[in-house]
Amino acid sequence: MTRVHDMGGRFGDGPVIPEPEEDVFHEDWHGRALAVTLGVGFLGQWNIDTSRHARERLSPQDYTAFSYYEKWMAGLADLMVEKGIVTREELAGGDILASDLASRMAPAAKVPEILASGGPADRPSDVTQTFQVGDAVRTSRPLGNQLIAGGHTRLPAYASGVVGRVVRFHGTHVLPDASAHGLGDRAEPLYAVAFPASDLWAQPEHPRDEVILDLWQSYLDPVE
Amino acid sequence: MPHDHHNHEHPHTLLPSDPALRVKALETLLTRKGLIDPAALDEIIDTYENKIGPKNGAHVVAKAWTDPEFRAALLDDATAVVSELGYYGRQGEHMVALENTPDVHNMVVCTLCSCYPWPLLGIPPGWYKSDAYRARSVREPRKVLAEFGVTLPEDTAVRVWDSTAEVRYLVIPQRPKGTENLSEADLRALVTRDSMIGCGLAVQP
Repeated sequence: MTRVHDMGGRFGDGPVIPEPEEDVFHEDWHGRALAVTLGVGFLGQWNIDTSRHARERLSPQDYTAFSYYEKWMAGLADLMVEKGIVTREELAGGDILASDLASRMAPAAKVPEILASGGPADRPSDVTQTFQVGDAVRTSRPLGNQLIAGGHTRLPAYASGVVGRVVRFHGTHVLPDASAHGLGDRAEPLYAVAFPASDLWAQPEHPRDEVILDLWQSYLDPVE
Repeated sequence: MPHDHHNHEHPHTLLPSDPALRVKALETLLTRKGLIDPAALDEIIDTYENKIGPKNGAHVVAKAWTDPEFRAALLDDATAVVSELGYYGRQGEHMVALENTPDVHNMVVCTLCSCYPWPLLGIPPGWYKSDAYRARSVREPRKVLAEFGVTLPEDTAVRVWDSTAEVRYLVIPQRPKGTENLSEADLRALVTRDSMIGCGLAVQP
């Protein structure tokens, strides 16, 4: 099983509402919530997989009720307490304590450089590439993080236990299932794998349509 | 085991529930602890409101339409090519360009969160982050396209790319017919954000 965030293929969500390009942030607090989250991220106390998993671990009730940036703020608050950056008492409005991390604060002048430098996810790996473009592969089932019960994983439920074919090799990338839980990078081969829509859905829209996902080697088994 | 809380024990519940007050409380606390600089937050917001956005992606697309060598290089190694134009950065560390043709229409989603090529397109629009788009675009992309006013020919296949890793996808829409005489600069204006996600077509002038 995965968690509430894994919604690909779900019924019942209603129409998609297009919007003009000028609306970067609909409300002032949206931009502020994004900036606070990035600013705390600059302290270097977690990685992108940790922060994604913090949002996924919100209760299903909160995840469903919260708007996008409300999920960001809730995940951030939970993670800051777990990592000891702030205390529950501070969040509740109590006395504010000094922080050893203050020396890591990013000043405004550093922001362009930090945003431009990014955080690449490719790493050297001693895991041998076992699949080539064109190979048939089957995705894992039962579904779930193999290292940690209920842990972070990037194989969506709708694509679990399905046969696809490898269409690209992306090199070796950090494994989110390990990285989200402080278990190291454990980089391994990453592939783009194409699945016929007719193998994923009971009523596919068109016989030639496909869905393609980026999947780590440990999510895949060979198909003879 | 991941740290699962009872709902009422989630630390975030200690903050004000109104989102504008909640972000204010977080910013005030973190500023007073010396962990964030409000001027740095202003800089982040200004960057994504005014400096980094779909104009970057439109530059790449118009150049691919007009320069065959650039197009070939972009399809071969998009990360290297867009980096040379200065479009490398956070959430765009591993780029792949997908070319739409009469035979194949590519569109991009992130069903698990909202992964998106920030250095080329900026911050994702609200609809890209919505439950409706995340849930439906993999299962019924043609119905979703219709909500954007796009109807594909019956013999065009749809390939939906679900961004499950740190690879970010840029769609190169088809060049509109009758634009052979337009300059790269003029063509940029025809390239919409939605067309580079695969939810729209380039503007027919």
